[in-house]
Amino acid sequence: MTKNQNIPERPPLLEVHDLTKNYGARTGCADVSFNLFPGEVMGIVGESGSGKSTLLNCLAGQLEADSGAVMFDTRADGPRDTRLMSEAERRMLGRTDWAFVHQNPRDGLRMRISAGGNVGERLMAVGARHYGDIRSAAEDWLTRVEIATDRMDDRPAAFSGGMQQRLQIARNLVTGPRLVFMDEPTGGLDVSVQARLLDLLRGLVRRMGLSAIIVTHDLAVVRLLADRLMVMKDGRVVETGLTDQVLDDPQHAYTQLLVASVLQV
Amino acid sequence: MIEVEGLGKNFTLHNQGGAVIPVLEDAHFTVAPGECVALTGASGAGKSTVMRILYGNYLAQAGRVTIGGVDLTGAEPRTILTLRRQTLGYVSQFLRVVPRVPTLQVVAEPCLATGQSEEAAVTRARDLLSRLNIPETLWSLSPTTFSGGEQQRVNIARGFAYTYPALLLDEPTASLDPVNREVVLSLIEEAKANGAAIVGIFHDVEARARVADREVDIGRFTPGRAA
Repeated sequence: MTKNQNIPERPPLLEVHDLTKNYGARTGCADVSFNLFPGEVMGIVGESGSGKSTLLNCLAGQLEADSGAVMFDTRADGPRDTRLMSEAERRMLGRTDWAFVHQNPRDGLRMRISAGGNVGERLMAVGARHYGDIRSAAEDWLTRVEIATDRMDDRPAAFSGGMQQRLQIARNLVTGPRLVFMDEPTGGLDVSVQARLLDLLRGLVRRMGLSAIIVTHDLAVVRLLADRLMVMKDGRVVETGLTDQVLDDPQHAYTQLLVASVLQV
Repeated sequence: MIEVEGLGKNFTLHNQGGAVIPVLEDAHFTVAPGECVALTGASGAGKSTVMRILYGNYLAQAGRVTIGGVDLTGAEPRTILTLRRQTLGYVSQFLRVVPRVPTLQVVAEPCLATGQSEEAAVTRARDLLSRLNIPETLWSLSPTTFSGGEQQRVNIARGFAYTYPALLLDEPTASLDPVNREVVLSLIEEAKANGAAIVGIFHDVEARARVADREVDIGRFTPGRAA
């Protein structure tokens, strides 16, 4: 194939080989392989029970896969299989280069400490000690996710769902991760709040050059955010490709059904 | 600049009894830099399908499409996205934007994406929006609330903002008033003068006669029809 001369070929940030996870006799996800390149945003879609969340959790090390490899291009030592890392190494990765945005902000936030504390805590976990620096970084990030700085000392419990979700994003991105995992980031939010959050996420991802893997059942969300798509059914990948191509010219029977089932507004 | 060889396309409708609808067979044509080729043929002949395949939006079953030396068939998503950013523009009839993003930003984005300065990108966006008669009072608003005609012109401004070496135009002058139609035709002529290879669908016969150098009848590539 002819290569475009303008793209310097960078190694994949994440290389996944034959990742499999079973729950007893049931398949969670089976034989999933793909490469994710720096700056790429990949969407994983499929109905409930298709294995997309299982896959995301296995990739992020929140669930232990049965077999396969998840190679991450680490800053220090190049590509390493995160499944073979020590627990301490994996936790460090989870605080620095990786971020995980949960569907329910309560799973990703500390509800009993202030909004500013939630953002600052992640900075402290990577060694920040100067109170003034931490507070100004927290302030900066709250502004970027459109939370007024006079709410900085309030607890997230006093925030609306949309604000909590934006706070969770600030907490995750403050350490400048290279790879963000998102599980239904707009699930459970009002449509108007979703649009604002999507616009925000899109801007952040593009500006910071992040790579991201987004699990969702909402095809409109992936059309806006994802460069490419992976469609899952019964734990297996049935179709992959450029996002608009998969949505506008789906090849697999299941993808055709999925696309045809969306209500037109 | 644009080369199409042996292109074949059919749609398989898995959920309607696996019906296979053949659309194109052995479609072939080339477009040189600075040349505008108009696709013609009856409605349903597959003109839009060809455009979408050229843009990487539809998958072809057979043949090859090469644009600016990049082979689109079987290309990785990131290869196609880079091609769209740097080489290949597309003006469709419908605007699809992120809610909340101001019009000026929507139009400036293609230039920003190729690494131009904010100032240069915004200057170009302002220039195009004025030429296409979008009132300046609307520039800071999201185009989602605009009238159909205004949205179409914003879309055209966005499509012409960056000087792509290859450009796809799907009925760029449809339903425009004579003044704006004239602006769009001169934008096409400028793009040609800048060396862009252009493929277009023009139902507007006068417009086609004015900007197109050649016509390619897509009806010739309808399967089952002896050439």
